[in-house]
Amino acid sequence: MAEIIDMPKLSDTMSVGTLVKWNIKEGQVVAFGDILAEIETDKATMELSCTVPGTILKIYAPAGSQLPVGDPICAIGKKDEKAPDPKAKAAPAKSAPAIPESTGIPCIPEAPKSSHSPAPAQTDGSRTKISPYAKRMAEKAAINAASLSGTGPGGRIVARDVVAAGSAPVAPAAPSGPVNVAVTPPADGKGIQADADQPVSGMRATIARRLVESKNTVPHFYLEVEVDAAPLLAMRETLNKRLAEAGGESALKLSVNDFILKASAEALRKIPAVNASWAGTSIRQHSAVHLAFGVALEDGLVTPVIRDAHSKSLKEIALDAKALISKARAKKLSPAEMSGSTFTVTNLGMYGVTGFFGIINTPNAAILSVGATIKKPVVDASDRIVMGQRMIIGLSGDHRVVDGANGAQFLQALKQVLEAPTSILI
Amino acid sequence: MAKPAVITHPESLKNPAGPSEYSKHPVNSSLTKEAKIALYTKMARIRHFEQRCIRVYQQGKIGGFLHLYVGQEAVAAGTISLLGKHDHIITGYRDHGHGLMVGMGMKECMAELTGKVTGCSKGKGGSMHYFAPDKNYWGGHGIVGGQAPLGTGLAYAVKYRGEKGSCFTYMGDGAVNQGAVHEAYNLAALWDLPVVFVVENNGYSMGTSQERSTAHPGCLAKRAEGYNMAWDVINGHDVYEVRAKTAAALKRAHEESKPTVLEIFTYRYFGHSMADPDKTYRDKEEIKEYRDKKDPVFLFEKELLAEKVLTPELVESINAAAMEEADAAAAFADESPEPTQADITKHIYWEEDNRSKNSTSSGTIIFE
Amino acid sequence: MREELKRDENVVIMGEEVAQFNGAYKITEGLLKEFGPKRVVDTPISEAGFIGLGIGASMLGIRPVMELMFWSFSYVAFDQIVNNAGNIRYMSGGLINCPIVIRGPANGGTNVGATHSHTPEAILASHPGIKVVCPATPYDAKGLLKAAIRDNDPVYVMENTILYNDKGEVPDEDYIVPIGVADIKREGTDLTIVAHGRAVITSLKAAEILEKEHGVSVEVIDLRSIRPLDEETILASVRKTHRALLVEENKPFCGVDAQVAYLIQARAFDELDAPIGRVSSIDAPQIYSKKLEDLQLPYPARVVEAALKVLA
Repeated sequence: MAEIIDMPKLSDTMSVGTLVKWNIKEGQVVAFGDILAEIETDKATMELSCTVPGTILKIYAPAGSQLPVGDPICAIGKKDEKAPDPKAKAAPAKSAPAIPESTGIPCIPEAPKSSHSPAPAQTDGSRTKISPYAKRMAEKAAINAASLSGTGPGGRIVARDVVAAGSAPVAPAAPSGPVNVAVTPPADGKGIQADADQPVSGMRATIARRLVESKNTVPHFYLEVEVDAAPLLAMRETLNKRLAEAGGESALKLSVNDFILKASAEALRKIPAVNASWAGTSIRQHSAVHLAFGVALEDGLVTPVIRDAHSKSLKEIALDAKALISKARAKKLSPAEMSGSTFTVTNLGMYGVTGFFGIINTPNAAILSVGATIKKPVVDASDRIVMGQRMIIGLSGDHRVVDGANGAQFLQALKQVLEAPTSILI
Repeated sequence: MAKPAVITHPESLKNPAGPSEYSKHPVNSSLTKEAKIALYTKMARIRHFEQRCIRVYQQGKIGGFLHLYVGQEAVAAGTISLLGKHDHIITGYRDHGHGLMVGMGMKECMAELTGKVTGCSKGKGGSMHYFAPDKNYWGGHGIVGGQAPLGTGLAYAVKYRGEKGSCFTYMGDGAVNQGAVHEAYNLAALWDLPVVFVVENNGYSMGTSQERSTAHPGCLAKRAEGYNMAWDVINGHDVYEVRAKTAAALKRAHEESKPTVLEIFTYRYFGHSMADPDKTYRDKEEIKEYRDKKDPVFLFEKELLAEKVLTPELVESINAAAMEEADAAAAFADESPEPTQADITKHIYWEEDNRSKNSTSSGTIIFE
Repeated sequence: MREELKRDENVVIMGEEVAQFNGAYKITEGLLKEFGPKRVVDTPISEAGFIGLGIGASMLGIRPVMELMFWSFSYVAFDQIVNNAGNIRYMSGGLINCPIVIRGPANGGTNVGATHSHTPEAILASHPGIKVVCPATPYDAKGLLKAAIRDNDPVYVMENTILYNDKGEVPDEDYIVPIGVADIKREGTDLTIVAHGRAVITSLKAAEILEKEHGVSVEVIDLRSIRPLDEETILASVRKTHRALLVEENKPFCGVDAQVAYLIQARAFDELDAPIGRVSSIDAPQIYSKKLEDLQLPYPARVVEAALKVLA
């Protein structure tokens, strides 16, 4: 079989060679060791000796051609054999594990912005100097490293600085960083007072007595639901705009709480078991829904009652609430307006409280506790993460009257109404 | 260009090609017909293997160095054919001939040249590092003269164990000026070790003739007298002479546990290595002279034809078979797989390759 | 060595002056008398020759324990020590191994000048195929040498002429110190000192000073084995103390501690409360003048100073 002779590798650094001169002709018979040609390499001009005895069938590379090592230059075989096609070369042997061009590691992703640790503050335009160990400690303790001052060499923050920061409840006194994080004053805005005994008012005493009685005698259980508040907020905006166009300055403004009151009434109509009271040997089912709602006053909480909420429209409920609130603030609520509720709604959302569970306003069977509407990432129907507005609503139930299923159904109904508020208008 | 120095081997060029003076020597006359044919076959196999390597090298499949033994076959063949169970061999980097003589296979040898995992050193040694400890062959070494103390040590172990054996420590004419070789000579003579130092004098240390490298040229073995050692010179183109004179050194090693330095005149037709364009230090005429008149394979062939041990047909078939075997080895090397990346860090430590629950070596020994 | 000579008939002690002279530092004293000239062999001054001979013999199963009068002389036999002993297994694809031991003093501090005071453990340990151990106490010296003799790879033992005079408890019964296991010579909580050889003794002295005068609790790790290296013990200690000081008698450039420093910062970065400190010999050929040589090598006060810097 014919053999193709390639431009030989004549030195370990050779990559191309020039075929200076052929010593043989096509058709000539050659023996092992005969000099076939002279080849110029990077180092010297060498002789190519024959390693395949036979007949020169074909010369592929004319004298003077410069070729890379491995390109065919001639073919040797048996006399009268057909010269092979120089392009049809045998596939090279299995290659070695190739040096990988890349390591297969994707480009270094942008450093994920950690939601916990703040970026080091730029103090004097330079980076925060902190030892790796101290940095880790600070992250774990949720301490802002940039707020620390370092006692290590060159001002480096080291472990003992983080330890010192963690043991003081407020940020340490240091040249950098806030000196004193003010303690949130109580709602009266007066700041911390000196030691003193304040005599309890009648109202406070009453509230206290009733709360103790409720907590001690009523077996409370707690349920919670998260409501998509976006539809509700949208509707409120629309309705308020309508009201403003119609009524001008003094127009009624619907609050979120108004909607919740209305929705609660609707939900109670659907799940009447929650609109009941424990009567010792019986459970009294109430026919009407009388909604109590919390109003915070200077020295306590009052719960005025909207009577027959089940038959009132949203607007009527809102107007009632508005009126009752101003009476409550003026301390002009009558006893009738403060009692007889069948269900209570309290709302701490305006303070940013995200969720809570109130103490049942006996003889109600349950109390609804409404939290703030929070913007957060949520999963939508197509399993995508989108921005959502969510409100957490808690229900404390009297387990003698309401069981888990009823309570859950009530919350479910409430949620349905709140998330599709147009139903309120029916 | 100045005329390159022509080496003078007064002994080697003296006798024209004729019947060997040593064919009647008992060590040769006692050989059976089959043994003689086998010896010739082995020489032919070395030649064809080496020649096939040229092609593989030119195809770019052999990296690094390739030092060919073509022309020196009788040295390895003559000496190694005498050796027995407790005789060991170590040599420098022109080691293919010795490897094939002790019985290594052409396939594993060729695969080693191309760096394949099926090579005799699993692709980790290359041309200069053939090893076959099970055949008493201890390599294949790259540093000139570095193997001399090793060979002396192998002889030391043979003596220590009370075995009647030897270590044939081969080196080139360029190695005799290395310090390690002198230290080995001294230790071998001082402690009476059964070493046979075989200086394969092919006239050139790479491109430097003896006159230009050795302060006492003309006879490299004679310096053995400085170490109180026996020495001899041998015509390395005549395999019968190689056997006859080496037998004496072997006997001295076995029976007296004393070392010998043998200088064997021989010749290589190709450059020091494949990368050596040997035109700068010798004439083409010189090479042709040796090929025509002193080729050891051809001379032995003639000898055996005259003895009627070989026939022309047999000669033809032996050579054809050797060529075929070499071709098959090249194909085997081509088709063999490479080592994997994981192989790089294997076979470094015996304790790591043979971990057991009794291992007393732990910790990190390969680093990243 | 006596125990191992008794235990395995293939063990041979070899070196200059080891037999008749009883050893340049008397390490082999009495062995010739007990075991005879076949087992305890005087060599000519011929390091490349006799070490190469030992390596060659080991390929056939002899287990030579070769003494270098000074490890500085190893450079004369560098080809044999590194190219042959270290590579033969690999180049043969795992067919052969060389179970040799080369041992001898590798230290400065004895006024013998630049050519006799080398500590080549880092250079040798940079060659895969070689093992290097470095005992600092009598217990470790005996245990490591016995382990080295039994190990089937080339093991080079770095001893110290100054430490030859140290005395310590050594068991009578057979024991070895496994190769590749570091030893916590002193436990502590505030700072990790990693050292090997005589630097361990220096560091222990410094640790005492640091405790008594500065109230610092220092943990001192004796590497004992350079290659293989007990990385886990080092890392565990740094995870505990968060500060590391490396002490060596090597010169700074690519001494053993350069490798240890890389290890610590690569695998315990987040545990570090300070940059890794290092005390090496002062970077010059070993000076002759005695007082100055003592300053060139690490000494306790210098280690204390460096420790305080790391603790700052």
